[in-house]
Amino acid sequence: MQTYKAKRVEITIENVMESRLTDALRGAGVTGYSVLPVLGGSGRSGAWSRSGQVSRAQGMVQVVCIIKPERLDALLDAAFEVVERHIGVVSVVDCDVLRAERF
Amino acid sequence: MSEFLSLAGQNLLSPIILSFALGLMASLARSDLNVPEAVAKGMSIYLLFAIGFKGGASVASYGLDARLGFSLLAGVILSALLPIIAFGLLKAMTGMNRLDAAAVAAHYGSISIVTFVAATSVLEGRGIPSEGYMVAVAAAMEAPAILSALWLISRSDGDSGKGMDSALMREIMLNGSIVLLVGAFAIGWITGEEGLKEIESFIVNPFKGVLCLFLLDMGLVAGRGLRGGGGVLTRGVLAFGVLMPLVGSLIGLGAGMLLGLSPGGVVLMMVLSASASYIAVPAAMRVALPEANPSLYLTLSLGVTFPFNLTIGIPLYVGIAMAVTGG
Repeated sequence: MQTYKAKRVEITIENVMESRLTDALRGAGVTGYSVLPVLGGSGRSGAWSRSGQVSRAQGMVQVVCIIKPERLDALLDAAFEVVERHIGVVSVVDCDVLRAERF
Repeated sequence: MSEFLSLAGQNLLSPIILSFALGLMASLARSDLNVPEAVAKGMSIYLLFAIGFKGGASVASYGLDARLGFSLLAGVILSALLPIIAFGLLKAMTGMNRLDAAAVAAHYGSISIVTFVAATSVLEGRGIPSEGYMVAVAAAMEAPAILSALWLISRSDGDSGKGMDSALMREIMLNGSIVLLVGAFAIGWITGEEGLKEIESFIVNPFKGVLCLFLLDMGLVAGRGLRGGGGVLTRGVLAFGVLMPLVGSLIGLGAGMLLGLSPGGVVLMMVLSASASYIAVPAAMRVALPEANPSLYLTLSLGVTFPFNLTIGIPLYVGIAMAVTGG
């Protein structure tokens, strides 16, 4: 089957920053993304778990989007504006998609 | 003194405190006991709705007086003022940098609604009446502290970060806890005693049982916080976590007396001034001051001040208020 090259960007970021990030992505023309809950983890700020949080302060989410390679720089610029000062991870991987017109 | 000890003993052996202790011990012992996230969220919605509704119904029954306006104003002033005192104490007692000190200080100007709910439960148990509108005062005290903390930082470091923007302001003012508390208060006020009678079997009778389970969860959370963030608690920081609620409670006592509140109202004003936020303010600090250490402020407010207020603070504040007001 015919597949097309694309970039998958995964941004793990604090709960409180989710709407700011997705607003920035939409501002950069990225209209398709998924937001996934992160169950827990550990990093420079110590271990944490989603269960038992009384505040949104410690939770994390992952925003995943798949885009055409030529749109990557605009997306990363927009995302960086938001995540620069915050806890989180931004990663980019190559992927293949079936329907290129959707990205 | 003997009355205080008796009250403290009764409080420590109440189902509410023992449930909290169970959660705390289970967590510190690394038990896998866990309250599912959705259940905890549901219980917190229930408690906020119940306390807001009962407060509104109480105002409908007893009527409004000018004290409501003055109490709200006092709450806003206390919330804005307490972070400045906390900031000064932190600088004097700990080696904390200005950013962390301002973030911690914001928590101590804002309030812990669970401590407030526990205090109202203790007052009800002892038959001490209080002003229903203290719920509205609690809501009014959530946000000003955040502005004070940001002012403390901007005063010393104009380029410390982006601080407050309109989106953050909206999130703070319309955070779910405030909306639910104020909304339930309004519904209780509009529907009055009749409305309360209609749903009494749901929001009055099961209240203490739900509070026990919620505090079990809070114990688990506090224990996790202490396990994970205990390393940040130096002797000075720990001392601050106990001293600041005492200082806040005395300022609240003064405000309550000045306002001419009932003994129960004075206790609640003391509790509001003594408690530290762990819901609204941490989220706001993560947005406005992301460089501040979250382990520090969450461990302090949730792992030190919250258990202190719940176990020793509330009976102490009740004892002091009763002695001073002659209630």
